[in-house]
Amino acid sequence: MDDQTSTMIAAQGPQATYEAFLAEGRFMIQRARRTGEYVFYPKVMSPSGETELEWVEASGGGTVYAITVNRRREGSYNVALVDLDEGPRMMTTITGVETLPIGARVRARVEPGETPRVVFEPEER
Amino acid sequence: MSHPIRGKTAIVGMGTAGVGEAPGFSAIELLGLSVHEALADAGLELSDIDAVFAATSSHAFASMSVTEYLGLKPKYFDSTNVGGSSFEMHLLQASLALEAGLCDVALICYGSNQRTAGGRLVSMSEPQWHETAYGPRHPITAYALATSRHMHQYGTTREMLADVAVAARQWANLNPAAFARGPLSREDVLAKRMISDPLTAGDCCLVTDGAAACLMVRADRARDFPKPPVYFLGAAGANWHRSIQAMPDLTVTCASESGPRAFAMAGLGHADVDLVMLYDAFTINMILFLEDLGFCPKGEGGRFVQDGRIAPGGELAVNTNGGGLSCVHPGMYGMFLIAEGVAQIRREAGERQLARADVALLHGNGGTLSSQVTAFLGSQATL
Repeated sequence: MDDQTSTMIAAQGPQATYEAFLAEGRFMIQRARRTGEYVFYPKVMSPSGETELEWVEASGGGTVYAITVNRRREGSYNVALVDLDEGPRMMTTITGVETLPIGARVRARVEPGETPRVVFEPEER
Repeated sequence: MSHPIRGKTAIVGMGTAGVGEAPGFSAIELLGLSVHEALADAGLELSDIDAVFAATSSHAFASMSVTEYLGLKPKYFDSTNVGGSSFEMHLLQASLALEAGLCDVALICYGSNQRTAGGRLVSMSEPQWHETAYGPRHPITAYALATSRHMHQYGTTREMLADVAVAARQWANLNPAAFARGPLSREDVLAKRMISDPLTAGDCCLVTDGAAACLMVRADRARDFPKPPVYFLGAAGANWHRSIQAMPDLTVTCASESGPRAFAMAGLGHADVDLVMLYDAFTINMILFLEDLGFCPKGEGGRFVQDGRIAPGGELAVNTNGGGLSCVHPGMYGMFLIAEGVAQIRREAGERQLARADVALLHGNGGTLSSQVTAFLGSQATL
């Protein structure tokens, strides 16, 4: 095991790290130090095999890539895929609206709670 | 140049059980009954089976459960579970094992009682940690997202999606074994309850009971059985993602990779295909797979399925059993693609029998447009 791997295990894994940042109200994503490629969801290795991944604050900007409204008797809510300005895509929900057109600009915020999560709001024009 | 495995194995027994509703039977009981049917069809005994290929939506170790329940002692077994596409993959694995001489009679099987056991889709698919906070419903959310993107990018409409469901029903109306029969119009589909925009209940496959099993042997003895052999001509799988979040482009499935590899393996072109069996978990699947398998250009799938083109009497015979939308969908449907391919090639399909049915393309889908496996079956005439 090389030093880098052992350091990572000594701390905690990327999922726990991401969730710990969320608990502090911060939306952090990984970036490969060498190639600059962004990684989401958080992993131990980037798609190109980079393991030296640093945590950076997400810019928060994104664009709706796909969206659906889950219709339930208990109440409906949307589930969206948002392309972050950094490149990666994430599953999320757009708050404050029933739905948005694909291509709409959105902005992230961390919604606190028992399980804090990143949600998006329509971007002010 | 086709692959050396082409035509080296064949299905010589096919059985189904409990298609539709089978109250009072467990999943493994239905599976057992379908194996009994397949053995009777082939004139084989349980003791002849020496390889088991199985995946179900309720057994963690499917081949072990089947082995124990049937009292088998297989020399080779495989519980590869890639969702609904597992059984098309099993056709390939079984053919490789048979051809390598590791076994002589391979059983491929599936069974589920999910309609009478609760009426909801049963899945062992575990939640994805990076998605759960947003409450996606597995699997419809993923397919609805893909539909929204296809509509946005290519102008696909809800009417086009509805036409897929209507064509499936028209085929089902020719199949006495189909679960959902009776008139169905485009307006009927559009008026059904919206479940996950833009998909209504009419865009979703059935939840039924059902089991199916087939028996494969090497081709050198395939003609020694009561029914005409149905030869394995090739198969290929492709997989790029697990959760919909990781699908690179929601309008392009990796059927665009499995299809060309399977066509090449079988040494076939589109004009050779008499029957197209596509895993229609949702109406959007048909549009995506017709495009990705090369039956129409990317983005044109919605327009392609209009005007009865895939309905009885249309240009392309697709899902002649009525599909997962109107015939049977017991959670994992892949085995029933095989059953219809066998029925058509053997010319046992009754009122829905195609005039020419020598080559069947079976396309299995697993997960959330994740695992894609394309397989070809053919008659004696294709060798």
